[in-house]
Amino acid sequence: MLLIPCPHCGPRPEIEFAYGGEAHVARPEDPSALDDDAWAAFLYERQNPKGVHAERWRHVHGCARYFNLLRETAGDRILAAYPAGQPRPDLPETAR
Amino acid sequence: MSRARLPDAPLIDRDRPVLFQFDGREMTGFAGDTLASALLANGVRLAGRSFKYHRPRGIATIGAAEPNALVTVDRGGGRTTPNLRATMVELHEGLEAASQNRWPSLHRDVGAVTGWFAPLLTAGFYYKTFLWPRAFWHRVYEPVIRRAAGLGKAPAAPDPDRYATRYAHCDLLVAGAGPAGIAAALTAAEAGRRVILCDENAVLGASLLDDPEALVEGVPARRWRSDALARLAALPNCRLLPRTTAFGLFADGMAGLAERVTDHLPSPAAAHGPRERLWQVRAARILLATGAIEQPLVFPGNDRPGVMLAGAARAYARRYGVLAGSRAVLVTGADRAWHDAFDLAALGLPVALIADVRADVAPELTARAAALGIPVCPGARIDGVSGTHAVRAVTIGGRRIACDLLLSSAGWLPAIHLHAQTGSRAVFDPARNIFLPGDPVPGVGSAGACNGSFALDAAVAEGRAAARSPAALPHGTEGGGVSLPGPDADRGKAFIDLQSDVTTRDIRIAVQEGFHSIEHIKRYTTTGMGVDQGKSSNLAALAIASARLGKPIPEVGLTTFRMPYTPVSFGMLAGAARGELFDPLRRTPIDPWAQAQGAVFEPVGNWRRARYFPRAGEDMHAAVARECRTVRSTVGLFDASTLGKIEVVGPDAATFMERIYTNAWRKLEPGRCRYGLMLREDGFIFDDGVVGRLAEDRFHVTTTTGGAARVLAHMEDYLQTEWPDLDVWLTSVTEQWAVIAVQGPRARRLIAPLVGDIDLSDAAMPHMSVRTGHIIGVPARLFRVSFTGELGFEVNVPPSQARAVWDALWERARALDGTAYGTEAMHVLRAEMGFIIVGQDTDGTVTPADAGLGWMIGKAKKDFVGKRSLVRPDMLAANRKQLVGLLTEEPGLVLEEGAQVVDDPAPAPGTHAIGHVTSAYWSEALGRSIAMALVEGGGAGADRLYVSGDRGFHPVRTAPLPFLDPAGEPADG
Repeated sequence: MLLIPCPHCGPRPEIEFAYGGEAHVARPEDPSALDDDAWAAFLYERQNPKGVHAERWRHVHGCARYFNLLRETAGDRILAAYPAGQPRPDLPETAR
Repeated sequence: MSRARLPDAPLIDRDRPVLFQFDGREMTGFAGDTLASALLANGVRLAGRSFKYHRPRGIATIGAAEPNALVTVDRGGGRTTPNLRATMVELHEGLEAASQNRWPSLHRDVGAVTGWFAPLLTAGFYYKTFLWPRAFWHRVYEPVIRRAAGLGKAPAAPDPDRYATRYAHCDLLVAGAGPAGIAAALTAAEAGRRVILCDENAVLGASLLDDPEALVEGVPARRWRSDALARLAALPNCRLLPRTTAFGLFADGMAGLAERVTDHLPSPAAAHGPRERLWQVRAARILLATGAIEQPLVFPGNDRPGVMLAGAARAYARRYGVLAGSRAVLVTGADRAWHDAFDLAALGLPVALIADVRADVAPELTARAAALGIPVCPGARIDGVSGTHAVRAVTIGGRRIACDLLLSSAGWLPAIHLHAQTGSRAVFDPARNIFLPGDPVPGVGSAGACNGSFALDAAVAEGRAAARSPAALPHGTEGGGVSLPGPDADRGKAFIDLQSDVTTRDIRIAVQEGFHSIEHIKRYTTTGMGVDQGKSSNLAALAIASARLGKPIPEVGLTTFRMPYTPVSFGMLAGAARGELFDPLRRTPIDPWAQAQGAVFEPVGNWRRARYFPRAGEDMHAAVARECRTVRSTVGLFDASTLGKIEVVGPDAATFMERIYTNAWRKLEPGRCRYGLMLREDGFIFDDGVVGRLAEDRFHVTTTTGGAARVLAHMEDYLQTEWPDLDVWLTSVTEQWAVIAVQGPRARRLIAPLVGDIDLSDAAMPHMSVRTGHIIGVPARLFRVSFTGELGFEVNVPPSQARAVWDALWERARALDGTAYGTEAMHVLRAEMGFIIVGQDTDGTVTPADAGLGWMIGKAKKDFVGKRSLVRPDMLAANRKQLVGLLTEEPGLVLEEGAQVVDDPAPAPGTHAIGHVTSAYWSEALGRSIAMALVEGGGAGADRLYVSGDRGFHPVRTAPLPFLDPAGEPADG
């Protein structure tokens, strides 16, 4: 069970959290301006990397807030945690 | 048969003899014995029958890796546990143990005839032998094999015991209380760290008892052990957990420990505490000091009772004062076993011969043997073993040597199981033929024999070093090593896996038949798949496969290590989550009333809801028909407390509502309600419910019963991550408001005398409005809404006073010839009005237009969640499934919900179904059945459709919704 560093509460066990899918997929400002392909890409197309993945989590049984993690999916290691709305942080080369 | 114990036996208390039974025979041991040590002391050689061939088997080891001596222990009252290793069962007064896999008795086992069929039972016999004739599998082969094979029987009665779970945190968790583990725990604990030291055995550091002459840090090993344990026990920051197996390692320093709390006590029922306890430990660091597992030598007849690991025989003597035989021969390929034989000889056990499969043996070993008068035979070939129920002799290089104890040891293999569970790939040391821990994950280290350090001082030094610094220790290089089975071993019945009855021949056949991956060989031969998970067989199997394949061992690979390290009980994993505590049951404040009325309940999510209230002599159909009739003619009360409720509050609340729902909210006046429809971003219906606007900045949202949590999560998601600029708060108030629906022509008459401060007249409180006030003095939010088409109110009151309000309403309802109605009547009444239930009439692929709710789309709204998706090409396709009413040609026939809809009265198999029934009921108001269905194109153009049922395909016609014209209230204001 992962120990997830909630940016607001500190490290907490994984069972307190809910997974929220890929991070940084912003809802377009004006959806009607998108053509069908672009809208379908927003709806359905997601990264599935073997490697570092930016993803949303919600501390649903804690502060109830959404935040983002950088997680290395092959080793299931958490590399960074940051509040929702902040840009994806750069990782030092060694952490990748 | 029983032998006198040796004078030195530190683990038993000679003043406390213990009576126990094995297969009904009364025997005596001592407090401190294991079942295995007591059986050996009583001269018992034969302890069980093997899995496949029913071969007689004896106690082979002293620890958790025991493959043979599996017993069933019955503690009475349904407390039957099969497949316990006799080596791990602690003796207590009155213990009743039974051998397994034999009938009628251990000595005269009918199943042993399977030995005659042994050629049929080789590798892959499951797949080959029983393929034909096919029908024989179920009727003959499977039942017969099931009876013959297998080990203990699972108990039939429910488990009467209690199991507990604990969470713990520490700076250092040490798994294994051998020399390295004790040294590490002591070093860390004395430095003030919070330490947990666990060990699967009842006695910590027992291996330090085996060599009284050894020195640890300059002190005799036994004294070092007792001093260290006494100091640890005195430290408040150290928790010692004997009888506790670290069975699993998980991410980020998480470990699962299985503690056996009361099984060793004579009367578990009277004992305080649970039977077992699951520890979930989160440790800043984990040190694995799990030691090494002695490997048996592979040779023909190596499974006979009386063949025992050399280290085990020495430990039985040194710890329990039990000599497992009266004349021993050692067959080995490892230096350490020589010392075990020397020690046993010193304790008075005649050793007739030491035979080593290695040609080169260290001269100091042969010299010591010569000094003790023990003949030696290097480069030995072991031909076989005589004796069926007990070893009588061993034949080595053509020479027969009489003995009743055949000591065997191929060497010691590091127990890297927990380390490997972290996903780290094991490293093979070709010099010693052992696997060592691979690259460590952060926070998990290994020390002592499991790290390749077999020498006592080196192990202790590693333990101390590991406690001081988190840096990974290099692998130890001293001592140990395993002799792998050579071509000589592959003769006769030479067992690799004693527990799964796998021989060298089986591995050979598997390779011949083309199985080249060790994972495939494992599954085909079942080697390493027993209760012991191949702790003493995987390496030998790998070596034989490697030789046959002509590939070095690291290239053949190692099978995956998975948790649990040793078997754990389901009871412990379940803990308190059994019966009523398995899943919480949510009850409304009205639930006790419904129960007292004899309501029939149904589960809805985690709630239980009253489905209908049968009166004397009524079945479900009669009760539901009466409830529906009464609501339409007089009035009915319905407990709607399970409705999800969310308050949306704040200056931007209306803006938020505009974006989340399909319809418009900005212009809704405070005090009015509106039916709201919510989509996912992909345009499909997500939830619905009536929303009341209590004030400019306050909405009382209701959701479906099952959707409350996901609607709140959906709202929070958009609010927090897409529109953080909106000044809005979301609060779940499902549990803050109990809801009583009052529906029917007499609804107003019913509540009027109980409500003092709200004008209930049509003019003052029209349909789809909400007021706050009081009912029988209780603060209430009163909604005028209808889910039945009748005049209706929903009374929201605090749950603590809901029962009093219900009682008052119920008294009025009776005076007005009303009824209480349940979820079934609620469903019928809403279906008559064509109202959908999200999740029943929709399934996540239904758009508002599909459900006939196109009118719910706020055309003037520029955007809302899901809007853009509604104009994707597929969402506009003409042939989408549309929600329609269905009327059967046979009015009395109620269709099956979920039944397929076709346009052919006699469809051939494979005919495309054009839809399915989502709701179907008997409508008392219409005097006939009704149904709702999702049908392609709404079934347009077809005169008749056909719906599958028990008696073939029933003709139906589509019908517009609603079925019933609204008598009282339309759907929306």
